[in-house]
Amino acid sequence: MKRENPRTKIFNRRAALLVGGQVGLFGLLVGRMYFLQVVEAEKYKVLADENRINLRLLAPPRGRLLDRFGEPLAMNQLNYRVVVVPEQTGSVAQTLDVISHILPLSDSDRRRIMREVARKRRFLPITIKDNLTWEEVSAIAVNAHDLPGVSIESGSSRFYPNGPELAHVVGYVAPPSEADLTGDPLLELPDFRIGRNGIEKVYDLALRGKAGSSQIEVNAAGRPIRELARVEGESGQDVVLTIDLHLQKMLAQRLAQERSAAAVLLDVHTGEVLALASSPSYDPNEFSKGISPSLWRALLRDERHPLINKAVSGQYAPGSTFKMMTALAALEAGVIAPETHVFCRGWVELGDNRFHCWKRGGHGAVDMVDSLKHSCDVYFYELARRLGIDRIAQMARRFGLGQTVGIDLPGERAGLIPTRDWKRATLGQPWVQGESLVAAIGQGYVLATPLQLAVMTARLVNGGYAVRPRLTRDKIIDRQIVEREPETWPSIGVPPQHLAIILRGMHGVVNDPRGTAFRARITDPEFAMGGKTGTSQVRRITAEERRNGLRKPDEIPWRERDHALFVGYAPVNNPRYAVAVIVEHGGGGSTAAAPIARDILWEAQRRARERPEPLTRVAEKGTERAL
Amino acid sequence: MSLLSSQVTTRRSQMTLLQKIGQVNWGLIFLLTVLASVGFAALYSAAGGSFEPWAGRQMIRFAVGVVLMVGIAVIDLRFWYRFAYLFYGVALVLLIAVEVAGSIGMGAQRWLDLGVIQLQPSELMKISLVLVLARYFHGLTIEQIARPHYLIWPALLVLAPAALVAKQPDLGTAILIMATGGTLFFLAGVRLWKFGIIIAATVAAIPIGWQFLRDYQKQRVYTFLDPESDPLGAGYHIIQSKIALGSGGLWGKGFMQGTQSQLQFLPEKQTDFIFTMFSEEMGFFGGLFLLGLYVLIMLYGTLIAMRSRSQFGRLMAMGIMTSFFIYAFINMAMVMGLLPVVGVPLPLVSYGGTAMMSLLIAFGLVINVYVHRDLNIGRRGQLEEA
Repeated sequence: MKRENPRTKIFNRRAALLVGGQVGLFGLLVGRMYFLQVVEAEKYKVLADENRINLRLLAPPRGRLLDRFGEPLAMNQLNYRVVVVPEQTGSVAQTLDVISHILPLSDSDRRRIMREVARKRRFLPITIKDNLTWEEVSAIAVNAHDLPGVSIESGSSRFYPNGPELAHVVGYVAPPSEADLTGDPLLELPDFRIGRNGIEKVYDLALRGKAGSSQIEVNAAGRPIRELARVEGESGQDVVLTIDLHLQKMLAQRLAQERSAAAVLLDVHTGEVLALASSPSYDPNEFSKGISPSLWRALLRDERHPLINKAVSGQYAPGSTFKMMTALAALEAGVIAPETHVFCRGWVELGDNRFHCWKRGGHGAVDMVDSLKHSCDVYFYELARRLGIDRIAQMARRFGLGQTVGIDLPGERAGLIPTRDWKRATLGQPWVQGESLVAAIGQGYVLATPLQLAVMTARLVNGGYAVRPRLTRDKIIDRQIVEREPETWPSIGVPPQHLAIILRGMHGVVNDPRGTAFRARITDPEFAMGGKTGTSQVRRITAEERRNGLRKPDEIPWRERDHALFVGYAPVNNPRYAVAVIVEHGGGGSTAAAPIARDILWEAQRRARERPEPLTRVAEKGTERAL
Repeated sequence: MSLLSSQVTTRRSQMTLLQKIGQVNWGLIFLLTVLASVGFAALYSAAGGSFEPWAGRQMIRFAVGVVLMVGIAVIDLRFWYRFAYLFYGVALVLLIAVEVAGSIGMGAQRWLDLGVIQLQPSELMKISLVLVLARYFHGLTIEQIARPHYLIWPALLVLAPAALVAKQPDLGTAILIMATGGTLFFLAGVRLWKFGIIIAATVAAIPIGWQFLRDYQKQRVYTFLDPESDPLGAGYHIIQSKIALGSGGLWGKGFMQGTQSQLQFLPEKQTDFIFTMFSEEMGFFGGLFLLGLYVLIMLYGTLIAMRSRSQFGRLMAMGIMTSFFIYAFINMAMVMGLLPVVGVPLPLVSYGGTAMMSLLIAFGLVINVYVHRDLNIGRRGQLEEA
């Protein structure tokens, strides 16, 4: 080599320095890599897994509702919806234009879709329309080539095959509201529905089931790549109701002939509700679909209150159907003997007030059985005068009135059985005797639900056992459905001979030619029914009206007409069924309510013969039966 | 070493083309090919096991680039010396053209659309600057270098393009241009205390310069200082990169098994973050291998520079190698969270046609220095045989 000029020397020295520095800096990188990939590797491995694994809940299928013979009352139905994935279509607006030729889309639908498009990530499907008919599904399938990014998805929705006929029993489901969110992630699933009313509400937890889960590997955008693990959930449990679908439908259709009515049919020994209907009704399927605001408003505004289950929530003055309570109280108190006659001249006077019998001319001399048969008010005014309100109230409470009887439906009301204490406590006024007279014939303060009247009737005819009504054959313990053990009802302590007198009267109401409901009797002696009519005044009849002569029912506006009531049982020789019917503003109990009771009792007995079920008697504990 | 003790049997100035090709440093080309192949494999994996859309194109570009590289290597060194200012001038004009008529891309004007290709003048400038500074310092004696007024001209040569690029705004490249220029000053023998003054002045200027930064540039610095402060925004890249790297562990998750990269958690995995993806799949040892390759190439290039008889050749080779190093270092330090996120690709590995081409052109110049290692160029560019 030649002599190195100083420039070369400097260059070589500095180049070596430079490359040395570079290698040193790379050493720094190695150190950093060591720190990240060796020292802290575990921490980052955990972070990496959290990054990529997305836990998803799988909604379990909701349990079905079945009638006592296994007929489905509520089930899950495949439902088809058309969805669009925005990233797969050129323009969502354009796609909607094309779709609207196949499916009518309202402006509000369009606004909702565009709102979701703006909010959601572009690969997530957005529902265009739910609950497609088969025709709509095929129309979209045929036009698939014009609709990029549009597809049909299937989901599950609640379906009530009997629609309005069972609405008040099964209730309905709806998406959870903010207030329902308990932190259970299941509730936040988009398709999840919770029971909002009826059995769906009461047994909601058991019907829901347990959510499954699916571990899905996702990419940074949240798009699923593959499923890593899957834990299947548990479907909700089926709930078997005591309802007999056949009787239920028959009752619902029968009530639908009236403007507004409700009825309950019970097995008097077990308390099982065979049919329970309130009319007018609504279609619960509308709720699982998502009810339209206009329909919702219409239901709320209807003066006949279709959303209210009048069988358990409607409180009415029971009218003459209450007279059995007054009679039993009198027998128990010994204030009258059954064969003692009271003379009815059409009215009684108490102080300055005159209390009228429904029959203007009066019934003449009547004993207890006659008084029930003819529904003589004066006889019961006399009993009330001798008894006072408290003893009547005490008897009524033993028959389930004035308190909730504990059916497994929401919205059950307690009715009202007034006492002296009650009046003082709530109204701050002393009881006056005239109010006892009015209460004795089931008017005034006295209120009862149709369910309570049915229970009262059942307790009258089953030998005096405090049967409670129920809608399911099972009950829920700790979110699980367990079969109910046969229950034994306590005796309510009314002597059988007293009950026998009452039942003679109730037999006469229907089967004696002079009975108030003779025209509604069942002629087949094997199926014969007993019962009691009731007519409850909606407004007070003024003295002036009475002087001018009572108006004919069809001259009175509907809202001011009397409620028609009837409680009945059958067969008379060995009662098994009890029924309570109310026809709101239906006029007289004998003409409007009794025929409905007759029809359902007749059908129940005919059906029992056609499809016999073992009779479950109330456990008898050595007590002698009344019948 | 065999590299330095090759037999000088012919006069370098009169070598035939064939002889020159024989002198081409195939060892360096081999190392570059290995490095590029790591890139191909990583791009293949980044595409989820497909040559489309990246690996295949990258391979074609590399093949074309290697031919170009050899072509550049055998052109007489004095050609590059002679036309250094012309190249620099063209690059500067193009930079201005970008400023005037550049199309908007990635929020910054960097590309010049020439119809056939999109040209990034800053790439051209990086090489031209090395050429022009190497030529300038080649002509200075050690005494001249010691005089400050001789440094004014080269300082302008550095600052003009740096200012233009910074205005684009591409701060990362501007800093790279300044660093490359500074390296050449250093190698040429400028006194160290002068660097001290420059560095002190720069530090003093930082608070003033900060006000001229764009918001997104400030944000990048903030994010670098505290990535967790904005985990879904600007800090996302750094956090995800560290997660991917760290979860790779010692041995990696295996080729094409990098969950973070394959599942798109890692942004721009085929370009700026390719080292992260590679290290996630190949682990610490894979990363070491890649770093080792870079070190080998750097050492190789340094030896080539030292072996050259001409100051021009030495400065050019070493300038290019240092620039290469800075790129590699900044990219890797960035993905490891040691430096702010700046858009700097990993040389020869990241996907990108312009970067690949300019790198191979630059290595062509390095090999050119080796081919013409015994060529002496006079202070004024005349031939001086050893």
